[in-house]
Amino acid sequence: MSLQVVTANRLDDGLAVFMTADEGWSTDIRQAICAGDAEQAEALLARANTQKQQITVVGPYLIDVANEDGVLVPIKYREILRTLGPSVRPDLGYQAG
Amino acid sequence: MAIVKNDSVIENDWVALDDEALVPESGANVLVSLARFKAERDALIARNGGLGVLLVPGDAPEDLADDIDRFSLIAVKFPSYTDGRGYSYGRVLREHYGYQGELRAVGDVLRDQILNMHRCGFDAYELADEADVALEKVRAALREMTVYYQPTGDGRVTAGSLRERRRAALELGGS
Amino acid sequence: MYRYDDFDRQLVAERTTQFRDQVARRLSGELTEDQFKPLRLMNGVYLQLHAYMLRIAVPYGTMNGNQMRMLGHIARTYDKGYGHFTTRQNIQFNWPKLNEIPDALEDLATVEMHAIQTSGNCIRNTTTDQYAGAAADEIEDPRPYCELIRQWSTFHPEFTYLPRKFKIAVTGSPNDRAAVRVHDIGLRMHKNDAGETGFEVIVGGGLGRTPFVGKTVRDFIGKNDLFSYLEAILRVYNRFGRRDNKYKARIKILVHEVGVEEISRLVEEEWAKIKDGSLRVSDDEIAQYIAQFAPPAFEELRDNDPEFERRKQAHPDFAAWVRSNVIAHKQPGYAIANISLKPIGGIPGDATAEQMELVGDLADQYSFGDVRVTHEQNLVLPHVKKAELFALWAELKNAGLATANLGFVTDIIACPGLDYCALATARSIPLSQRISERFGDLDRQYDIGELKIKISGCINACGHHHVGHIGILGLDKRGKEFYQITLGGDASQDASIGKIAGAGFSEAEVVDAIEALITRYIDIRNVGERFIDTYRRVGMDPFKEVLYGDR
Repeated sequence: MSLQVVTANRLDDGLAVFMTADEGWSTDIRQAICAGDAEQAEALLARANTQKQQITVVGPYLIDVANEDGVLVPIKYREILRTLGPSVRPDLGYQAG
Repeated sequence: MAIVKNDSVIENDWVALDDEALVPESGANVLVSLARFKAERDALIARNGGLGVLLVPGDAPEDLADDIDRFSLIAVKFPSYTDGRGYSYGRVLREHYGYQGELRAVGDVLRDQILNMHRCGFDAYELADEADVALEKVRAALREMTVYYQPTGDGRVTAGSLRERRRAALELGGS
Repeated sequence: MYRYDDFDRQLVAERTTQFRDQVARRLSGELTEDQFKPLRLMNGVYLQLHAYMLRIAVPYGTMNGNQMRMLGHIARTYDKGYGHFTTRQNIQFNWPKLNEIPDALEDLATVEMHAIQTSGNCIRNTTTDQYAGAAADEIEDPRPYCELIRQWSTFHPEFTYLPRKFKIAVTGSPNDRAAVRVHDIGLRMHKNDAGETGFEVIVGGGLGRTPFVGKTVRDFIGKNDLFSYLEAILRVYNRFGRRDNKYKARIKILVHEVGVEEISRLVEEEWAKIKDGSLRVSDDEIAQYIAQFAPPAFEELRDNDPEFERRKQAHPDFAAWVRSNVIAHKQPGYAIANISLKPIGGIPGDATAEQMELVGDLADQYSFGDVRVTHEQNLVLPHVKKAELFALWAELKNAGLATANLGFVTDIIACPGLDYCALATARSIPLSQRISERFGDLDRQYDIGELKIKISGCINACGHHHVGHIGILGLDKRGKEFYQITLGGDASQDASIGKIAGAGFSEAEVVDAIEALITRYIDIRNVGERFIDTYRRVGMDPFKEVLYGDR
């Protein structure tokens, strides 16, 4: 199976975020902690689903990612869009820099 | 768990019987399912003690119509707060059949639905909270809105009828 | 136009406070996301791919200049400088922060606006003809009844947790511009044998996964009885609509499964119990609402304005815009001006803060402060003097708002699709942009004639593809976007659901496929036939042939 990271939307501003090693959340997928197998992935998801996390993020879930030259890139196009922003508005979202 | 009615927390003096449980001979107030009421109607209304029925979604409140004055409690179950059938049951019981007894919302009863329940004829709410928290939630919910567009059996005055009154007063004043 | 009184204002103020408190309870953890979600949805707050989305209600698509300018302010202050007008005559913003939404709602309340019931399993915004009160062909202005429906449905305590969402549309004209046959309830005004005006009641239409054209449960209901009749329908639906499967929960499935005769029987039985109750609306009360929507102070004008004719001669661009975007008004010397939000290659339905503010000003200057949103994602200034059309057009042109394509092939309905929407399976906007660019040439568009292309980015059909003359449905096939084409849909009084042409096309192929369909139509059409007329005459085969050949 492929590598996985946990993503969610931040509760207060709704932005797409990725869980980091210290159970915090980053808007940059490159900061995400990565699971190599199903067991690790489930453990990560459990850490994202605690009561405390529920007042930080909404709806955490696992996504498949690939490590491309040391950079984590989602497999599904939907998730790639979430790391960039709307394809029709390159001036908006994370892609705008 | 606490039941709030008429701005206070009340004791639950009803025994909820499941369909196999023995009916106590007399005295105790019993709450039975609609199915059991239909099956054992004559025996249930003959006994001494209060009679209540629990309606669950899918039940027909019409089945209580002929005996409506015999009940002193009708409890309506909201298995999940997003299942809104109980609101219609409340209005049908109060407004079509003139039910006067206690109408109690049970199940997934949350603060943000209580005002709607109240407007549909409910007067008692069973919440999963401690007594004082439950009372505060019901109070907060019932004072959240003061303007109502729809006439329902709760008797609250609608914006439409207030406008009507205002117009009538203006016309009187003007003539 | 309806103006709030103190009751309406109080209600919106209380709702704003209530929602601020709900947000605070969510942020503090008192409410779980599961408990909060239906509450936020009922106030128009979604969580999308990139951020929250706030949908603001535009009741029956009618606004005044102040309200339109306020939308510009919201776009600028709480969003990223733009908004998106929707197929339900509302507007949505794509980037608001949850903790700022209560402030946005407070600003909106100052101009009598809100986000009440723009989502959730409740009665949604009532929609109607965007030309109401101006159209030459209407029997009666439907807006007084829409306003009464708005009030009846706002915070209806019994119908806040329905099996699924519920949409009502009203038309006052025999030429249905409100798509009433594809709504949960469609109301069509007409006159009965006694000459009274009332409504045909159509139930169970809808798009989504299982599209249906609605069925008539009652041919005529009088105006006084409309509201008790609606309440009877909703009570039957609330009690008997399916709740076991979200995709089978709309009233159309109930109508389909138990039959329109049985629904009609249940509704009539319920109605008999409540028809003489307090929902009966008196003639006096109706008259009050009709007075609220009285026509503006039109001047007595000759219908033909020589200056207007001269301008058309001198400016072919203006003449083209008049031909495509300007429609006959019932008052001599006036016209209805449509503002296209479909610039060639642009994002359908999007408008910037500056454009919204400008349209608000133009509404005040040229249209008695009246501006409308259409279900085809355009705007309308309904009451413009013909003599002032040229000045209006010049201002619109400067702002990129004078595209002369209303009803033509580039006037495409598209949902936000995968660029924004968490439910989407494919993108819609880029496809609409490429079709628009392919057919951007105006002469070519005029040669093709009326052609409605509608694109949805998933099976939920927010882009109305089922009722597009050409419909396009975006799907996901093994991680790649692909697009299914339907032909022969129609949302008008001759409503029909489109048929799937065959296998889908990749993103790279689909624009060519659309062009092949249009070329075939041009080859085989009779004089005066629109695309939909030709399709109805010749059927699917000639079109299938160009799409698939021997495949």
